[in-house]
Amino acid sequence: MPRNIIDVIDLTVAEIDELIATAEDIIANPAKYQSACAHKQLATLFFEPSTRTRLSFESAMLALGGSVLGFSEANSSSTAKGETVGDTVHTVSCYADIIAMRHPKEGAPYAAAQFSEVPIINAGDGGHNHPTQTLTDLLTIHREKGRLDGFTVGFCGDLKFGRTVHSLVNALSRYGNINYVLISPEELKLPRYVKEQSLKSKGIPYTQTTDLESVIPQLDILYMTRVQKERFFNEEDYLRLKDSYILTPEKLQNAKETLSILHPLPRVNEIAVSVDRDPRAAYWRQVKNGKFIRMALILKLLDIHV
Amino acid sequence: MNIDSISNGVVLDHIQAGRSMEIYRHLHLDQLDCQVAIIKNARSRHLGKKDIIKIDSPMDLDLDVLGYIDANITVNIIRDGQLKEKKHLELPQKLVNVIRCNNPRCITMAESQLDAVFLLSDPDRHTYRCAYCETEMDKKF
Repeated sequence: MPRNIIDVIDLTVAEIDELIATAEDIIANPAKYQSACAHKQLATLFFEPSTRTRLSFESAMLALGGSVLGFSEANSSSTAKGETVGDTVHTVSCYADIIAMRHPKEGAPYAAAQFSEVPIINAGDGGHNHPTQTLTDLLTIHREKGRLDGFTVGFCGDLKFGRTVHSLVNALSRYGNINYVLISPEELKLPRYVKEQSLKSKGIPYTQTTDLESVIPQLDILYMTRVQKERFFNEEDYLRLKDSYILTPEKLQNAKETLSILHPLPRVNEIAVSVDRDPRAAYWRQVKNGKFIRMALILKLLDIHV
Repeated sequence: MNIDSISNGVVLDHIQAGRSMEIYRHLHLDQLDCQVAIIKNARSRHLGKKDIIKIDSPMDLDLDVLGYIDANITVNIIRDGQLKEKKHLELPQKLVNVIRCNNPRCITMAESQLDAVFLLSDPDRHTYRCAYCETEMDKKF
């Protein structure tokens, strides 16, 4: 059975640390890895469009000297003819050495893994899991802070529906001495089951607030997400709340000089463009890190040691 | 009330009173040709009242289904009129094609030929999670 990554918790803490170490080495010595995947092929099966994630995977494989094939929407695959995910993946696993797949249905990568002869990486399944985004976030925090423990992290915006938040809270809960500050409108608080499973059951402290400005001075990391209009029951509530969660240079005046601002992107208006010039804005560095951690993951799943 | 004892078959004992018909349906006992007796509200020292099902023919029972419905049931295997084996059930760790996910966004809703797989997530609460989308399902029975 090939090794698959469907959920970030499929990886042990030791394996995540190993991936981060490999990614750091790739960043320091890119030439060493440029032919590591020569003659290997990555298939990117994107049953729904996601330019950023797909290009990140393809860029990662090309930087390792491998090649890529695949499709970027279901209409250009046999799915349009009614083929099952299992059959599509079984077919592609005859051509490629590793598969990264995105699918709008939750659990589709788990289903695909039952039929694949090569490793499957979940590149996002609906609102369920997106493990390589979480690995990207972990690498970014590690690069920004030099560690994955001993800090205060604030999650801001839509904490109810944001799968990246749920997954990162869960992943960080395996590291020690982290304070969680959950900043959101009442309507978009972190779901009870996430708090129960990831924080309460492990005795990890957290605070909840609706006011970003009051807590920003205590944060070492601020993970921003988008507050989406369609998540509100009425427009009045949305209009009342939307500006509270837009990060501006003014709101950052009381933040630590060492703060790191992360965002899974794409952003709409929740971080003012003028914040991009602030050295604390780490989200573009985060995008780059996404490529490096995917390179490390491809190497691990193909069992290639450089 | 007298019901003949069976010589070769299965007796499901300690069924929670009132649940025997559900078990009859889920084990598809209506499809059997042999005698099947359903005893409702039998006196029980431990339970007060209980149901019993007697099946007058040897058969392989899906113990996972039975354990999922009611883990307190005792399965007695009868051979030549003697109690051959007494099986105590437990909540199965894994259920395959016993229940189906009700999350409309789950891949198993779109592709019905996939096995519906559930994993025991909380034995105390008797809850299972879909192996695909991880939606939690409360015990239905």
